[in-house]
Amino acid sequence: MVDDMHSEITLFVNGKTTSLEVDNRRTLLDAVREDLGYTGPKKGCDHGQCGACTVMLNGRRIVSCLTLAVAAQDAEIVTIEGIAEGDALAPLQEAFVRLDSYQCGFCTPGQICSALAMLSEHAEGWPSAVTADVSPDAPTPELDAAEVRERLSGNLCRCGAYPSIVRATLEMAARKGISS
Amino acid sequence: MKEFAYRRATDVDEALRLAAAGGDTRFLGGGTNLVDLMKNGVEAPERLIDVRFLPLGGISETSGGGMLLGATTTNSDIAAHPDIRRRYPALSQAILAGASGQLRNMATAAGNLLQRTRCGYFADPSEPCNRRAPGSGCGALAGEHHNHAILDWSPSCVATHPSDMAVALAAFDAHVRYQTMEGAGALPLSRFYLPVGDSPHEETALPGHALITGIALPSVTPTLRSRYRKVRERASYAFATVSVAAALEVLEGRILDVRIALGGVASQPWRARVAEDMVRDAAADAELFRAAADAELSAARPLRDNAYKVTLARNLITTVLTELAASERL
Repeated sequence: MVDDMHSEITLFVNGKTTSLEVDNRRTLLDAVREDLGYTGPKKGCDHGQCGACTVMLNGRRIVSCLTLAVAAQDAEIVTIEGIAEGDALAPLQEAFVRLDSYQCGFCTPGQICSALAMLSEHAEGWPSAVTADVSPDAPTPELDAAEVRERLSGNLCRCGAYPSIVRATLEMAARKGISS
Repeated sequence: MKEFAYRRATDVDEALRLAAAGGDTRFLGGGTNLVDLMKNGVEAPERLIDVRFLPLGGISETSGGGMLLGATTTNSDIAAHPDIRRRYPALSQAILAGASGQLRNMATAAGNLLQRTRCGYFADPSEPCNRRAPGSGCGALAGEHHNHAILDWSPSCVATHPSDMAVALAAFDAHVRYQTMEGAGALPLSRFYLPVGDSPHEETALPGHALITGIALPSVTPTLRSRYRKVRERASYAFATVSVAAALEVLEGRILDVRIALGGVASQPWRARVAEDMVRDAAADAELFRAAADAELSAARPLRDNAYKVTLARNLITTVLTELAASERL
């Protein structure tokens, strides 16, 4: 029996639809990990400060630890488990492996989800805090290391693998033809 | 976290009715601040009314030639909007200087205005804080306050307002539009936040159960240049130590219009009207900018550990005005 403090919701995660009953307090992070079994998104700080729980909601990166599951119903959610096709790694995952873009790996699912969404934001012409001229008439800034560091500053890596994370992201950007 | 009921409002009237129905209710926008504070036990509402699905999104032109930011528009969408970047670049820059890409994708325009201070004593229910628990005292006044206010604080509270966006909105004379069961209203940003006084828990001049519906930006002349500069303790993803939103219109070396707002120095965005009055109608000159900044900051009452902010604010004001005046001559 559902009372005021619980809700029956439907979550669309990685192309699959699941109906479940949740305590309204349940975060999207806990719901995808505990209820749906997608343990890729990680609980680091649980306060929106580390980015380890980053997933995409309707194509945009968000932190799932500050998103209530009940508020995320009906949205299209993609976790790290949803970015590759079958067992083949997505190109950015492959670059992370080849370039050693992690040590313990705890922040990696969030880093990759964040970086992929960030590349889309850049492709849409979004400026960043280090973009010298935010005018829409100025050319969209090339993604260089400074731009990548700024745009990914919401993802912390306690191992300090940042140089390789930036390298892998820049390689991906180059493949998409948006970097020198 | 305390248990709460959740309702998703489908129109503004329903949201207002639900809010007025009694009980401790909060509107839920992006949740980036509210959900976090609920986890900490700082906020413990009985009901959340999700307003993100109300028809209050988007950015549009107003009849007066300004722009209207819908209350539920995300911070990302405002910062990326071509007309905001072209006409109000300091607003785009201010938003981009705040939080992270993920948080800007979640946070709404109205929620940004209503976010609470990041004072550590406010965020920790085991500490005294008049803003969170009226009458319990202020832990920061004699405690850890190196990043607290230098202007207009009271012995009740020395916290600063954390928003970058609101600082730029203050410089552009934005108005906050809201709705209550009785009808629609608007508040200029300069009167939106209440002076801190001895009741810091009363933060805004919004009537009870009001729902913010949008933020109106007045029109600006095409020759008004604006810029946002922020100093913080790390290169990215940190709240302001001191920030400046400034706008300048210069014709043949003479200043026709000037707006200066400071962040990180007071309980609300600080419009530097003393400095503006000294600079308006004068010849653009770095020494004048420095003197105007000094005059503004003569009202500063730094705490034991934050006098550095006075110097920082003076230098930031001087630098940003000088940069804007130089860009005018290009």
